Amino acid sequence: MATNTPEIRYLNPPTVDTKKKKYCRFKKNGIKYIDYKDPEFLKKFLNEQGKILPRRLTGTSLKYQRKVAQAVKRARHLALLPYVTDMMK
Amino acid sequence: MLNNYETVFILTPVLSDVQMKEAVEKFKDLLVQEGAEIVNEELWGLRKLAYPIQKKSTGFYALLQFKGESSLVEKLEVQFRRDERVIRFLTFHMDKFAAEYAEKRKSLKSTKKEGKEK
Repeated sequence: MATNTPEIRYLNPPTVDTKKKKYCRFKKNGIKYIDYKDPEFLKKFLNEQGKILPRRLTGTSLKYQRKVAQAVKRARHLALLPYVTDMMK
Repeated sequence: MLNNYETVFILTPVLSDVQMKEAVEKFKDLLVQEGAEIVNEELWGLRKLAYPIQKKSTGFYALLQFKGESSLVEKLEVQFRRDERVIRFLTFHMDKFAAEYAEKRKSLKSTKKEGKEK
């Protein structure tokens, strides 16, 4: 018979990460055009391997996600961004 | 109908400065002959490439923003393909947001330049 383990009492209740509302940063601060020429800004949308982050993580709306993807692919073509790398950040 | 275009191309780093200027001039003259109007021109100079192109890891970047007919882009790209100094090029049809952004960027750059010259 499993002895009932003593009820674990935490000092303060474990904070399950409260689901902060994701917002589309382009809609919020009214960016209309994503420039494919500045890789620094585009890097925010890539993970370490240089792959494009999905919308569910970045929270961008579909319209701007397509623009970001298009800009990233153009930057990759111009060797401003690598196609695949490790520890890019 | 005159459209806004922006083309970025990369020249091989082996060239001397004079040859690089001359190559950029060649494409500019070609555009002007075709009746295009060069709006803006930027030379980013030698930059490290994110991945080696044709076994080279640096390239000379140049940007040309112009207004012209759509048939003109085809001619320009044929020239790019033919010229072996150019290792990569990308021509981009700018919509109105892109044009606005380019204007803002140009004015921002010029203010920065003035700041430096003072």
